[in-house]
Amino acid sequence: MTALAVFLRDLRLAQRRRADTLAAAIFFVIVASLFPLALGADPAWLRRLGPGVVWVAALLASMLSMPRLFADDAADGTLEQMLLSPTPLPLLVLAKVGAHWLANGLLLTLVAPVLALQYGLDGGSIGILVLTLLLGTPVLSLVGAIGAALTVGVRGAAVLLSLLVLPLVTPALIFGAGAVEAAAGGMDTGGHFSLLGAMLVAAMFLAPWAAAAGLRISLD
Amino acid sequence: MREVRVRVRAVLATHDLEARRGRRVLFSRLDLSVAPGSLLRVLGANGAGKTTLLRMLVGLTLPSAGRVSWRGRPITADRDAFHRELVYLGHAAALKDDLSARENLLSLLALGGVRCEAGAADRALAAAGLAGCERLPARVLSAGQRRRVALARLALAQEQRLWVLDEPFNALDVDAVDWLAGLLRAHLQGGGIVALTSHQPLPLDAVEAVMVRL
Repeated sequence: MTALAVFLRDLRLAQRRRADTLAAAIFFVIVASLFPLALGADPAWLRRLGPGVVWVAALLASMLSMPRLFADDAADGTLEQMLLSPTPLPLLVLAKVGAHWLANGLLLTLVAPVLALQYGLDGGSIGILVLTLLLGTPVLSLVGAIGAALTVGVRGAAVLLSLLVLPLVTPALIFGAGAVEAAAGGMDTGGHFSLLGAMLVAAMFLAPWAAAAGLRISLD
Repeated sequence: MREVRVRVRAVLATHDLEARRGRRVLFSRLDLSVAPGSLLRVLGANGAGKTTLLRMLVGLTLPSAGRVSWRGRPITADRDAFHRELVYLGHAAALKDDLSARENLLSLLALGGVRCEAGAADRALAAAGLAGCERLPARVLSAGQRRRVALARLALAQEQRLWVLDEPFNALDVDAVDWLAGLLRAHLQGGGIVALTSHQPLPLDAVEAVMVRL
């Protein structure tokens, strides 16, 4: 009940501050568009690079909005109220991450096919790419939440957050981009998807607890 | 036998509480016990540790020694049950600039586990002197009005026995001070406990009060 209220409040806030959400999506598009400019326009070469580039750009774009996940709440005192709520804190964290993913991660997933077309990927590969992002971006949000909780109130939180989180999410990147490549090579992608799904389940179960503990430490 | 009776009466208590900031000891060996229906007033100069003490009472800051107990049990033993009986209003009003006064009040109540209709929230805002401001975003409200939105929550928090308020009278005008004093008096008469800090003389005569000077 309380968690649902937090989820809806965060969605409403994201909708009223659309500029933040759009900035991350535009950043995603720009980063992914820079690679062909630097690497040359050989179609076969770009088709091979496409999935990896889109995944790296999505990773960086999702780090962009992460520091604000708890920072705004900490600044205006809402975070103290969350810590003192009768609802367990991990549940509230999960609600916040869910709203954050819907506003940011899902948007990146929806923009990705356009970028994939730019790299000349065929329909099947685009489908696989979107599916891997659909499983992978929640992992980025969940693991990012741990970093965001630990860096609440720290100066230069954005850089520190990326240093903490990027190494932790490389497995998602490897298996996400790897699945598209495997599919293009005619191999089975079941293993990749199983591992991505396992990462999502593990992150969903563990990250809220870790982030909640991080928040308690940060606010002490 | 007597020990048990004391425990039941004194609901909020601290035992040998100590706070440090770096190497400096803000206060130590603080033993308090506050019975239902009484006010705990924390006095002290700026930087004496008033806010730290209030944060320790609710469990936001961990004491460097000693413990805080509620109904005879340490507050860390069952946080969720303790939080169900608690309202804490800190320095920051916990308002979102992009949400309206009503949305802010409703989401704060939801976070505190209080179910409330929009109508009841509007009535509480009207009682706080904010009739006509329900739909205004918090961004355009004045400091005093923001304070009133946060305090309007108290009118709907009769179930919560413990109110911990950090400088609740700050930025309030004369009418709002009277309104808040009325709320606090009613809560104390109903057997609740109020812990607060304030630099002004309180308009609360004839209430049982425990004073702490840090």
